[in-house]
Amino acid sequence: MELVLSWLKEYVDVDLPLPELAHRLTMLGLEVEDVHVIGKPLPTGENKGFTFHGLEWDKDHFVVAQVDEVMPHPNADRLVLCRLIDGQGEHTVLTGAPNLQEYKGKGPLDKPIKVAYAKEGSRLYDGHKPGFELTTLKRATIRGVESTSMICSEKELGISEDHEGVMILDDDAPTGVPLVDYLGDAVFSISIPANMVRCSSMIGLAREVAAYLDQPLRMPDLTLPKGEGKANDAVKIEIRNPELNPRFVAGLIRNVEARPSPYMVQLRLKLSGMRPINSVVDATNYVMLEAGQPLHAFDYDVLVKRADGKTPTIITRTAEQGEILTTLDGVEHKLEDYTVLVADTAGSLSIGGIMGGEESEIRPNTTNILLEGASWNFINLRKSLKYLRINSEAGYRLSRGVHPTLAEIGVRLCLRRMLEWSGGQLAEGLVDNYPLHYEDPTVAITTADIKRLIGIDLTAEEIAGLLRRLMFVCEVKGDTVTATAPAHRMDIGTGVNGRADLAEEVARLYGYERIPSVRLDSELPPLRSNPKEERNQLFQDTLVSMGLQEVISYRFTNPDQENRIYPPESKPQGVAYVELQNPIAVDRNVLRRSLLASVLDNLERNARQRERLALFEIGPVFLPVKDQLLPDEPMRVAIAMCGLRYPSAWDRKDKGTFDFFDLKGVVESLLKALHVTDIQFEADSNPSFHPGKCAVLRVNGEKIGWLGELHPQVTANYDFGDHTRVQAADLDMDKLFSLSPKYFETNPITAFPPVIEDLAMIAPESISSAEIVRVIRATGGFLLKQVELFDIFRGEQIGAGNKSLAYRLTYQAPNRTLNDKEVGKQRDRIIAALEKELDVKVRKAE
Amino acid sequence: MSEKSSLITELEALQQQAEQELAGLTSESDLQNWRTQFLGRSAMVMQIFRRLPEAPQEERPGIGQFANQVKSALEEKLAEKMDAVKASALQENLSGESLDVTLPGRSPSRGRLHIQTKVTREVCHIFAEMGFQVFQSPEVESDDYNFELLNIPAHHPARDMWDTFFTTEENVVLRTHTSPGQIRSMRAFHPDPIRVVLPGMCYRYEQTDANHEIQFNQLELLVVGKDITFAHLKGTLEEFAKRMFGRDVRTRFRPSYFPFTEPSAEMDVECFVCGGKGCPACGSKGWLEICGCGLTHPVVLKNGGYDPDVYTGFAAGLGIERISMLRYRIDDIRNFWRNDVRFLEQF
Ligand SMILES: [Zn+2]
Repeated sequence: MELVLSWLKEYVDVDLPLPELAHRLTMLGLEVEDVHVIGKPLPTGENKGFTFHGLEWDKDHFVVAQVDEVMPHPNADRLVLCRLIDGQGEHTVLTGAPNLQEYKGKGPLDKPIKVAYAKEGSRLYDGHKPGFELTTLKRATIRGVESTSMICSEKELGISEDHEGVMILDDDAPTGVPLVDYLGDAVFSISIPANMVRCSSMIGLAREVAAYLDQPLRMPDLTLPKGEGKANDAVKIEIRNPELNPRFVAGLIRNVEARPSPYMVQLRLKLSGMRPINSVVDATNYVMLEAGQPLHAFDYDVLVKRADGKTPTIITRTAEQGEILTTLDGVEHKLEDYTVLVADTAGSLSIGGIMGGEESEIRPNTTNILLEGASWNFINLRKSLKYLRINSEAGYRLSRGVHPTLAEIGVRLCLRRMLEWSGGQLAEGLVDNYPLHYEDPTVAITTADIKRLIGIDLTAEEIAGLLRRLMFVCEVKGDTVTATAPAHRMDIGTGVNGRADLAEEVARLYGYERIPSVRLDSELPPLRSNPKEERNQLFQDTLVSMGLQEVISYRFTNPDQENRIYPPESKPQGVAYVELQNPIAVDRNVLRRSLLASVLDNLERNARQRERLALFEIGPVFLPVKDQLLPDEPMRVAIAMCGLRYPSAWDRKDKGTFDFFDLKGVVESLLKALHVTDIQFEADSNPSFHPGKCAVLRVNGEKIGWLGELHPQVTANYDFGDHTRVQAADLDMDKLFSLSPKYFETNPITAFPPVIEDLAMIAPESISSAEIVRVIRATGGFLLKQVELFDIFRGEQIGAGNKSLAYRLTYQAPNRTLNDKEVGKQRDRIIAALEKELDVKVRKAE
Repeated sequence: MSEKSSLITELEALQQQAEQELAGLTSESDLQNWRTQFLGRSAMVMQIFRRLPEAPQEERPGIGQFANQVKSALEEKLAEKMDAVKASALQENLSGESLDVTLPGRSPSRGRLHIQTKVTREVCHIFAEMGFQVFQSPEVESDDYNFELLNIPAHHPARDMWDTFFTTEENVVLRTHTSPGQIRSMRAFHPDPIRVVLPGMCYRYEQTDANHEIQFNQLELLVVGKDITFAHLKGTLEEFAKRMFGRDVRTRFRPSYFPFTEPSAEMDVECFVCGGKGCPACGSKGWLEICGCGLTHPVVLKNGGYDPDVYTGFAAGLGIERISMLRYRIDDIRNFWRNDVRFLEQF
């Protein structure tokens, strides 16, 4: 919404410096985004954080002038010479403006043309260059005629982008007066909150300013001159659904003549972002901007014709399902059955409050006009707007709630403007059908309420005083104020909601900045732990401590993108996703199901940047569940590593790359940090992983997830640059965490030395290290504290298909030093068990 | 010279010779040889007692005593010399081990949290110190929780404030804010008083550019109690701003509109990039819009199970990415979920 300052001043006296006004509007909830200053000097010094832009017209160089005669140029057809009076003298001014051509060679004009005149030395914008480029007006000779000054276009003066012709001011513009005193202005761009649509008009804004400054509001004159013939006899109005169309007001004006509107009107429309059309159409737009009521003009003759010459009846009704209407922009709309139409006995005319129909729209030669000002159910209207995908100034206002009172005010104002700008005669009175009266709510609020909600002490009189400035009608009884909302706003509720609405209005006018700041001093709520958050942090911190980089991915993906984690023939079919109705792009149409896919996407994005990558993510995946409204959002942890095991350094010779055991080490450390026990890694097959380098992780027998080297066919689905082997894991975080004990026991630090023994054996390849360790642990007894694989060897000496494994066994007692005999007994037992249960040969110690 | 003094003379000469030789030695092994020669078992000083009979009876104690003096004098000299030789050998060794300390160090593989994990934790930590606990709720939400229960009925114009991702399941949306957590926490904790922070990922259907993302982290506050006023809202958020942006930072509250709060406000923080003078970060306003807030709307309290005649509350919402962008001068919000390690490793 653009606030045109000169326009605002018609309704309220305001004499604040521009930055101060911008500040006060913003502190009222009407945030000023920028200020376009027209002709006046830009504020200097404290701008209160607002941006002001515009061209200053200094009083010596820019004046209102009059052209008394337009003469042909001796050497150029397109140029004219104007005899111009600037209040000080007469000048001959050269111009190529097309809108002065029509006066060329007509001799001295009966009625001089008022123009904006810039003298030699003026600083203004170059009208011929794109954008706004400043230039200084210099003496020049154009086609043999000397030119020192000029008649300006709006663009040259920084008013608008219009450079079609020069500005032709209204006849009453005072010749010789500095231009800034006549046209100087400021336009504030304001963002209006959704609950303050009442401020989407000059009068609406003026009300707020008047309330803030405690100044009276001047309403424009609403009386209508006497008319000819009764409007009531010229049209009937039938409202079929008052819930959707509570009020319909119509006025009739005959014999209008559409012409260009006064310059001031055109200028105000332009500054408000609307295009001037003609004096009839402009009147409806002007009044919408002035009072906030959208209006619609019908060609009355079309209505009469459609009624076969009888008195037309306007009927408002909901559309038939699928009913078709062509709007004035030529678009054919198929309507839903909740959309309200303005129709007559012959059929539909327009979409109520949204857009006029093609047939009954007014044209430049229309003379008899039926003017509609109506109020509509804003919820229903918004629903129709969304469905029809129409954006309009009228729709914007009506879909946020325009008070029914404004329907009449709007029609009255508009009829007055039409008479003034387009001539014609009114029919007597208005046709007003108002079947569903809007009850302005009355709400009681007490001093205690204000204290309880806002935290300030105000007397009932003070509360009433603030509300009265906003035109509430207030009654004070003891500590209670009973306030009735004024008949221009629909944002005040009843009961406890109305109380909150009033509290907001009191606080807003009192000033948020005056409300004290108080620390929370009430009793703390019961403290509850948040295990989920603690878990997230534990996982994140543990993985970071092992040198992994956390990533956070888009949750959006598409099935093809995700299915890259499978080899071509193993892509799953018919998997259910959380799917979007309105994806932002076709390749982001679902929410992810696989966190591994997210991490691999990130690995791919970075693979060419780095010779070493170790990434992880924790986060939800989204799994639709049959017969359940919302999907499950289980938390997972995914890890991906590729490239050099150690960061490279200038003397580091080890160029080894991450392999399965680096990844497994990370997973094991994570498990250690979680203090989970009963962990099993078992060789397993999973289509995403290398068949020989994949393990399933089980904790307490529960499947937690997989880890392994990506299957080469999966790696081939990505562009990992030079990285051919990628280690990856995808684990169920929720399950893992649920198995992690909240408390765990520590081992005492014993003063008695451990006994360490090495045990080497030859085993066939088919026996896994896990099996050997299981047997050792099972027979080692409580004195055996640790079993650690420290060497693995294959070679001719031990025969093909065999491997040599060496374990370091640590025995320790908590209360004494162990002797060789005790340890020897355990060792013999272990060796016996190994050789009996597994097909291994323990090498005798040397 | 009598025979008795000749042993002494011999000792004196020996001492002189030993000391002279010692002075010229530089290595530990030479010193060992010297010790064998002059202090060893067969050295003259050690043999002197066997030669005492050569001297008259009465002189023998004096000679013995003198021999002992020579012996300890030489031992002392040796020890001194030994220290000096060792020190110089060490010195020589160390200087041979000199490094070019300007060569680069070997980097350990440092892991990092994502910057948004860090900043979210920081904000939660500040609120934790003020008694707020973390509460999380689903990212895919029902229309009820995301809108209806928050006083945003279907087709209400307030819905225009959120560009929403709809799923193909009817009445299921990607949450547009963490506010559904307000209802969920109220329903979970009712009738206790509440002080929670609701952090999490939210979604908006909009074209992305340097300042707009379809996915972003929001963090909301919710306080519900029997004596919570707008003054507490101001006090709490001002304290947060001071802890987050510096004790001297100025804040201002101005009216705004949210359907689930009333009165509603916007808290601006004086631009900490330019100190309020105006810069590109604050759009030359000198103020940064940091958080929308307000007293919890009676309808929302009621939907959460709290009687608005008895309870009041306030809520506030911050954008976590915006805080990071301002703090670290990040000029493109899309950097956060692109996860380019060249970006992530800068934190
Ligand atoms: Zn700034």
